[in-house]
Amino acid sequence: MLLINCPYCGERPEPEFVYGGQAHIARPTDPRACSDQQWADYLYLRDNVKGVHNERWRHTHGCGRFFNALRDTTTDRFLATYEVGHEPPATLKGAHS
Amino acid sequence: MPNAIATRQGPYVAPSALVRVLPHAARWVLRGDSSVMATAASTLGVPFVERPCQAAAQSDCAALWLGPDERLLIAPADAQSELAARLQTALAGQPHSLVEVSHRQVALEIAGEHAAVLLNSGCPLDLHVSAFPAGMCTRTMFAKTEIVLWRTAEQRFHVEVWRSFAAYLSKYLALAAGELAA
Ligand SMILES: [Zn+2]
Repeated sequence: MLLINCPYCGERPEPEFVYGGQAHIARPTDPRACSDQQWADYLYLRDNVKGVHNERWRHTHGCGRFFNALRDTTTDRFLATYEVGHEPPATLKGAHS
Repeated sequence: MPNAIATRQGPYVAPSALVRVLPHAARWVLRGDSSVMATAASTLGVPFVERPCQAAAQSDCAALWLGPDERLLIAPADAQSELAARLQTALAGQPHSLVEVSHRQVALEIAGEHAAVLLNSGCPLDLHVSAFPAGMCTRTMFAKTEIVLWRTAEQRFHVEVWRSFAAYLSKYLALAAGELAA
């Protein structure tokens, strides 16, 4: 079974986790200054990476916490997991960041 | 006219040699920072433990770590109203959330030489004592239901499950226990 390293609980089986979409998407500080296109991009446009992807995951059936992960979408291998509010390890940054 | 207040009955639990239903208990889910948790621990009379996945227990009370800011508090049923009042008084003024969940879930005890093997029939956690020692607790999955698993001794587990899932959980355990015996 795939083990995911929760930053709070340690390595835990994958069924305890839920995928939470792409990570590090900042909400525009002034939405009124956005064009419709910019706002739509913020809401809906996501990367579709082949390779290392920045993701949010939630340890739903464990500590309940959201955290960030770097996962290789071609191998399903988790390269790193880290707490929300932190930057990914510099050496492992995803292609888009 | 029938009595409008239904008599509370225990949930259906399939009989199995390794599983028994624990008596009704008072329960709360407490959210807050570590000073809230320290206050609650001293009110309950249990040690204050901040280590992840660790339970603190003293006599019949326990505080189980569920998340960095979340604990499951368990106490004897007859102390429910008195403890609730004391917790509210002690925590007044500190930002927190204290939710009473006494009747939401029931507790099962799974004990015996094969307790860990039995639990592993539906729970993928590593339950070897070196990986999951006595005193460790966590929310996790057992087959299709969420449980809180707490190892109270090397060969004894305390399982909290939402009461409408108790029948499912216990039937699954009874089935697995049958295979162990075979
Ligand atoms: Zn966790």
